[in-house]
Amino acid sequence: MQQSLGQPAKRSAWWNDARVRGVLSQVFVLGGIGLLVWYLVSNTLANLETRSIATGFGFLEREAGFAVSESPIPYSAADTYYRVLVVGILNTLKVSIVGIALATLFGTLAGVARLSSNWLVAKFATIYVEGLRNIPILLQLFFWYTVITQTLPGPRQAFNPMPGVFLSNRGLQYAEPVWDPTYGLMAGALAVGIIGAWALGRWAHKRQERTGRLFPTFRVGAALILGLPVLAYVLGGAPTELDVPALKGFNFRGGGTVTPEFAALLVGLVLYTGTYIAEIVRGGILSVSHGQTEAGLALGLSRGLVMRLILLPQALRVIIPPLTSQYLNLTKNSSLAVAIGFPDLVSVANTSINQTGQAVEGIAIIMAVYLTVSLSISAFMNWYNRKIALQGVR
Amino acid sequence: MARSGETPGQIIAREEEPKDVSLPPPKAPPTSPVLAVDWVRQHLFSSVPNTLLTLLCFWLLWETVPPLIDWALIGAVWSGGDPQLCRDADGACWAFITEKHRFILFGLYPFDEQWRPRLAMALFVGTLLVSSYPPFWRPWLGLLWVAVFTSCGILMWGGVFGLTPVDNTRWGGVPLTLILAVVGLVCAFPLSILLALGRRSDLPAIRMVCVGFIELIRGVPLISVLFMASVMFPLFLPEGVTIDKLLRAQVGIILFTAAYLAEAVRGGLQSIPRGQFEAADAMGLSYWKKTLLIILPQALKVAIPPIVNQFISMFKDTSLVIIIGLFDLLTTAKTALADPPWRAFYIESYLFAAMIYWAFCFFMSRYSQYLERRLETGHKRS
Repeated sequence: MQQSLGQPAKRSAWWNDARVRGVLSQVFVLGGIGLLVWYLVSNTLANLETRSIATGFGFLEREAGFAVSESPIPYSAADTYYRVLVVGILNTLKVSIVGIALATLFGTLAGVARLSSNWLVAKFATIYVEGLRNIPILLQLFFWYTVITQTLPGPRQAFNPMPGVFLSNRGLQYAEPVWDPTYGLMAGALAVGIIGAWALGRWAHKRQERTGRLFPTFRVGAALILGLPVLAYVLGGAPTELDVPALKGFNFRGGGTVTPEFAALLVGLVLYTGTYIAEIVRGGILSVSHGQTEAGLALGLSRGLVMRLILLPQALRVIIPPLTSQYLNLTKNSSLAVAIGFPDLVSVANTSINQTGQAVEGIAIIMAVYLTVSLSISAFMNWYNRKIALQGVR
Repeated sequence: MARSGETPGQIIAREEEPKDVSLPPPKAPPTSPVLAVDWVRQHLFSSVPNTLLTLLCFWLLWETVPPLIDWALIGAVWSGGDPQLCRDADGACWAFITEKHRFILFGLYPFDEQWRPRLAMALFVGTLLVSSYPPFWRPWLGLLWVAVFTSCGILMWGGVFGLTPVDNTRWGGVPLTLILAVVGLVCAFPLSILLALGRRSDLPAIRMVCVGFIELIRGVPLISVLFMASVMFPLFLPEGVTIDKLLRAQVGIILFTAAYLAEAVRGGLQSIPRGQFEAADAMGLSYWKKTLLIILPQALKVAIPPIVNQFISMFKDTSLVIIIGLFDLLTTAKTALADPPWRAFYIESYLFAAMIYWAFCFFMSRYSQYLERRLETGHKRS
């Protein structure tokens, strides 16, 4: 637009105004999406009517009529769809939480091992990482599931590595302590111990900043966390009754069980996600320059203290954001359970959809649950990330 | 040599200085660990814990490698269509692969016509290799791809030039996996650019729609998207219209990939310094000219390595279509085991499929590292 002095600017046509164009294009996009949604919804409603499928979430109150192979809460086929979906959610959470914990541990070990000065250890870790991360997780799950169910002996010939523990193609059966009020007391003592150790840590930190004197926080804290539950156990009369699994007919009864489905899913998820975490940890450690280690050593810190006070806090800042997305991936990959028959949310929701035909509602439930879990994990990790981020920079 | 502002006399004085300092006598050069003994000492036995670790590793190798060689090579049965031979042997049953590899590689495709998917695959992989070399990134490459896609389509479907028509429900194995992955990437890419641009748009409604789509898809597992594609698409369409299973899965994969690729592209867009946008605005370029001529060429260059990584994970994720009943490589490997006499040889079957996946993914991950080095021109914003 050229504008010479003294002459009023020529108004350009209204359709060339950036603001008008912005509003118009938004109206067009929203209108298009609205039309598309209206078209799809009207089609869906018509289709549902011709196939006489009910709509709405009323089916949640009805009897599910199918059994699930494992459940953290009591469940039978006579319970409602609502309850079976809760069972699925709990199973998903169970395998995700255990998987995240183990994958973090395993991946960190592998990542550190890849940086080891020991050539053999580093090569082992490299073969593991490069080998498993390039194979689809689903293939690995099938593999582990088949290994567990085909190579392990049947319940009658089960391995019995120690009294009360049986390993067979029905999973791992182990003796479980029978419930006693003392265990409740122990859980309470553990909670008190953890809170006590945390408070002690804060107090010791404050005192060190004020006076410079160190306090053996780690030893006293560990003594609190371990000692209080033991004390509670002894005070409660040291119950020793165990529920030992026993062979009845073709399977074991009693005791606790790790099913082959759960074990295969867990092993597959941990090994696969571990390779990604290993690379993240390795990248994080490499991102801290070697000068930092040398400076720490020059200050007279021990190797352990250099690791804890200098390397780790800096490496964590690089590690946490990609680690979060790996946690999310693990949680989402746990939905592959449906392929090997572990009753997670997707698996039970899929059965419910097949029985009721209410696909829209079923898939809406799956998506809503996963979105909630994903958002909670990111919210937690973002909070942690802010906590360890450089303060005052931004 | 001569710094500005120094007289020649000063320079001479400076150069003469070291004469006063008595130099220490020269030391012998440090021994470099070229000798095998030095190398072993440094890398395997440098300290007590290291020695223990090394011994542990040797023990592990001793426990695993000889039995593995026994199983895979010495005791293995290599050929012969008789499963009984395999059952009598101690080692691997590679005869299973010799017997079933056609099914695992090509699925249910008519046996006599399998030279067609074989040729299509060769064309496909050849073009992939050609286009992995950056100097070939020219307009003719796009035309080449169009030609390759067309000829692959003709080869796979048939029906013209005297080729017997083959319905796409009979496609399977590696060609199906490749088709799902490559078509997924090619179709998702333009969509992902639009989504990434929309996410950074100034127009609130468009931004909200894009953010909503991306975050919704990224928050849920691929399985749920595939389920949606397989059970909900038929409900969405007007009565009488049906689309086949392959297309539904493909649409699901495209939508899923587009959301992830959009984040890779957004990373590229964010790496462009503000000055580039401002300069384009100052030149009076319109939004689309600015985006197409200035921003995207730079942003996509930065985004290429993450896009390749995304392609690798999508290649692996195509294996999920087993859940909605398509015959991709993983499904054929699993289905080959359903033949009762061969049921016991699952390790061989899964290993065979795993090696194919591994070879593709490993090559691509190395390739993405190569690209990252090659495309690094120092314009990164740090």
